[in-house]
Amino acid sequence: MKKYILNFKILTNQALNYNHNLLELECNEPLPVMVPGQFAEVRVDGSVNTYLRRPFSIHRVNPERNSIHLLIKSVGEGSLTLANLKAKATVNIMLPLGNGFPIEENGDVLLVGGGCGVAPLWFLADQLKKKGNEISMLIGGRSAKDILLADNYAEFGKVYISTEDGSQGEPGMVTVHSILKQDKLPFTAIYCCGPDGMMKAVSHIAEKQGIPCLVSLENTMACGIGACLCCVVDTKQGNRCVCTDGPVFSSLELKGWSAETEVGCSLDK
Amino acid sequence: MVNLGVNIHKLNLKNPVLTASGTFGYGEEFDDFIDVNALGGIIVKATTSKHREGNPYPRMAETPMGMLNAVGLQNKGIGYFVENIYPKLLKYNNCIIANVSDSTVEGYVEVAEKMNRLDHISAIELNISCPNVKEGGMAFGTSCPSATAVTRAVREVYDKTLIVKLSPNVTNIVEIALAVESAGADAVSLINTLLGMAIDAEKRKPVLSTITGGLSGPAIKPVALRMVWQVAKAVKIPVIGIGGITTASDAIEFLLAGASAIQVGTANFVDPQATVKIIAGIEDYLQRHRISDVKQLIGGLTI
Repeated sequence: MKKYILNFKILTNQALNYNHNLLELECNEPLPVMVPGQFAEVRVDGSVNTYLRRPFSIHRVNPERNSIHLLIKSVGEGSLTLANLKAKATVNIMLPLGNGFPIEENGDVLLVGGGCGVAPLWFLADQLKKKGNEISMLIGGRSAKDILLADNYAEFGKVYISTEDGSQGEPGMVTVHSILKQDKLPFTAIYCCGPDGMMKAVSHIAEKQGIPCLVSLENTMACGIGACLCCVVDTKQGNRCVCTDGPVFSSLELKGWSAETEVGCSLDK
Repeated sequence: MVNLGVNIHKLNLKNPVLTASGTFGYGEEFDDFIDVNALGGIIVKATTSKHREGNPYPRMAETPMGMLNAVGLQNKGIGYFVENIYPKLLKYNNCIIANVSDSTVEGYVEVAEKMNRLDHISAIELNISCPNVKEGGMAFGTSCPSATAVTRAVREVYDKTLIVKLSPNVTNIVEIALAVESAGADAVSLINTLLGMAIDAEKRKPVLSTITGGLSGPAIKPVALRMVWQVAKAVKIPVIGIGGITTASDAIEFLLAGASAIQVGTANFVDPQATVKIIAGIEDYLQRHRISDVKQLIGGLTI
């Protein structure tokens, strides 16, 4: 897919909770072709501390409005600046980057999102549904206020929720949710995005039942186009760039992710 | 009509703008954004004698107006380069320069020898900022004897234009430049990255897996400019300027300081079209100042 550098204009900025914003941005030119799982490298102007572009998953594409949505979690100066942008502000974006999720007709599929990991999953659910798949969505977070956009996913299928403190849905992490505790999972594929520990744990469950599991990784990156080799992840074929060979990988490709090699998973990177 | 052509030894560059090794892949990564043939030339990612996986992640840290990198020369080695990468470079009609790196003199010689046989590689750039494993990991380019030794050894086996890329992490870069000039370098390029460090205060840990790494980007420009000026006054061979070049004005400053050509590196990450904008900007500058030939800017600083 061809990559472009384009100017966008903020249409709406919706605060989802204390540290997450959903931005809708309209493109000044016709939107390029892009697929779920791809991301955008966003330039943040106005500070010497935000010199490099920042990568964000493409959350949603709206062809009628010629717009995309980006889910921003405020973790530092760059994301905070983006989260505070008002309507009509211009943003320079390089996109679409990365390999994206393969959209196949698999049957019954499960999408699992942890915290802001739900970001790429709306576009994915939309395309998978259009391809004839039955969608189930499992969203996890620390507590109810960390569960993002659950209502928006309801249009695709059944939405299940896990919160560590039990304030919404089932208590605990996603891996102990009843939907994943079944002896025989009724899914032909699992798509996952969230903290590494969560994705690893979900991939183990999938692996044990022979279900393909696709995960979306996030590494710190500079160029976003496979030239600098900063964002590598160790795979069975050696180092691969998350920005170009990913961000979507089969969990079985990743070194140290297989259930046989892992002794225990920590939820921190 | 202005003339943008410059010469580096036997190389005739259509304009002074090259891309820095490690920031432009092998060219095709940028095909969606620019016509790579419009550049004076490209310097591809470093090739070593053996396959290298490079350093563990994390390999980068953002810094004010710059970044640190600790990629660690990840590449598949000279054998793979000759078989798989070189054929893809044949489509470029500008100057293709191979960056050569290694950890032993023998390794450098092996790569240089094989590059010598590749007709479409017009020149090699010797990266002497690599740690010399036989000298306790001290970089080749940090002492005159080791810089001389590696340049001389490569000179024996390499017939075409030999550019030596200097490390700025030295007390006196002029003496290193003079040493490699005496050892047979046809040109020098400077600067490589400055040694730096980043710490995550919340996690109380270094950001890079290697703790320290190379600083690049606009933050280093004043240091690079100073070193280019000092070296250009001392050597007779052409100087290629590198260090935080983002705009045409930056490029022209390096030419005025004595560089015959420049390399654009980190700027490519923020704007993949930076190089072609710089070329257009240089042309515009020449027209505005009614200068017919870019070569008139080289060393044109009035003091």
